[in-house]
Amino acid sequence: MSRHVVLIEDEPNIAEAIRFLLSRDGWKVDVHGNGSDAVEVIQAAKPDLVILDLMLPGKSGLEVIQELRAVHDLQALPVLMLAARGQLRDREMAEKAGVTRFMTKPFSNSEVLTAVRDLHAQAYQADQIAPGSVVPGSATP
Amino acid sequence: MARDTLTGSRIRERRLILGIRQAELARKAGISASYLNLIEHNRRRIGGKLLVDLAQVLGVEPSMLTEGAEAALIAALREAAADSGTPVAELDRTDEFAGRFPGWAEVLASNHQRIARLTRTVETLSDRLTHAPHLAASLHEVLSTGAAIRSTASILAETGELEAEWRDRFHKNLNEDSLRLAESSRALVNFLDESDSSAVRRGVPQEEAEEFFLAHGYHFPDLEAGRVTPKALVEAAPQLVSDAARVIARSALEQYQSDAVQMPLSEVDQMIKAEGLDPSALARRFSAALPVVLRRLGVLPPEVLGQDAGLVVCDASGSILFRKPVAGFALPRFGASCPLWPIYTALQRPDVPLRRNVVQQGRSALGFECLAVAWRHVPGSFDTDALHHAVMLILPRREVPQDA
Repeated sequence: MSRHVVLIEDEPNIAEAIRFLLSRDGWKVDVHGNGSDAVEVIQAAKPDLVILDLMLPGKSGLEVIQELRAVHDLQALPVLMLAARGQLRDREMAEKAGVTRFMTKPFSNSEVLTAVRDLHAQAYQADQIAPGSVVPGSATP
Repeated sequence: MARDTLTGSRIRERRLILGIRQAELARKAGISASYLNLIEHNRRRIGGKLLVDLAQVLGVEPSMLTEGAEAALIAALREAAADSGTPVAELDRTDEFAGRFPGWAEVLASNHQRIARLTRTVETLSDRLTHAPHLAASLHEVLSTGAAIRSTASILAETGELEAEWRDRFHKNLNEDSLRLAESSRALVNFLDESDSSAVRRGVPQEEAEEFFLAHGYHFPDLEAGRVTPKALVEAAPQLVSDAARVIARSALEQYQSDAVQMPLSEVDQMIKAEGLDPSALARRFSAALPVVLRRLGVLPPEVLGQDAGLVVCDASGSILFRKPVAGFALPRFGASCPLWPIYTALQRPDVPLRRNVVQQGRSALGFECLAVAWRHVPGSFDTDALHHAVMLILPRREVPQDA
């Protein structure tokens, strides 16, 4: 069973922490630090889930999600958005644009893990992934 | 039209100022003295050619007689009444109020305008995250670094057996991020504090600079005559409290001074009196660039210009650097300037002069003639792009209403 996530985050240390966490949890993690070609990267990688930062260089997370949802076979792809500003307006705009879940910084690791597992479980209920199936220590720096 | 009921009074007033006898004015305008008497006592409506003839003999624009110098004042009073929310019984007698108690009316109108300015400032300040890009950026930096630290720290604390390689890497990240957090939080505090060495900070710097220009009626005779420097003017101004306001005011005054040197007041006055208000002709006469002409015209006293005028100068990002409001034309200081303003069109096409008629909805039906042009403020080089600024002169249109 493939569990593949693409993380679009320009903050290298956040990206590294999330990559470590999710790798420990059994995910294959691709990190991309730029908004401008994020849609192409996601289309090429065909992930099960996307984690998308709101403030990105090149193109904002909102623009990325809008373009993603315009691609036919990416309309159901679960997208978790990370934002530094939790203002109601940002959240509303993100949800309107098609974000599956919205999370504000600073978040805890367990929040991210839980959210990612939930989203994945919801989207791929048929696949019935056991929540505890951790593949330990597969990540390398 | 209630507004026109005092036309006769204004004709009489103007005639008395000039010391012309009623019979003489009547003869020059081609009417009988008794008819003029009725007009002067507001018993006959007057308009069309006769109004124009009388205005010509009296040496004023017809609209000065129909609307009076208090047109702007009445508009401001009506706005004050409308904004107060409570029904005002004497709205139909606004012009009478302005005519009888011009001083009080002025106090009321200027207070209302000040309240409107301050309200806008308060609204903006209470929504600083949207309007202060620097604050938003600082906060974003703090939260991002906080998120990185939190994630990294909990990995270190909660992961049972962590390979040495990973552990060292996360320790290094933690160290970097805590340094960044220290710096960004300090920057944030500095921004919120803005403890200028110079005393108390009352409002935003632009507001102080604007109070300063308003207090001088946007006109500085001593500066034009070379009797005082911009620096001295700024230092002597009680309105300019913060350093930022002084910088804004001084650079505006330096621009004013250099414009005034190119186009001295007395010569501009003669030229306008002789040939009317023609920016192109003025540019040729003084060999001055159009931006200089527009800036100069915008700050001329109304008696020289022959009418009121507003002026806006902005930079390429659309931020307003200098604004002189004119009655009836909404000039927001922050953000929401209407992008249709010719000044923004002018920015797209530097050095191309634009003339547009603008009518603001929901305000007085009077239109405005807007003249705008952008110029290269800082020339480009192979390493940096040119920096453009744009200026717009706003001239309220002064057509005599057909039914006046």
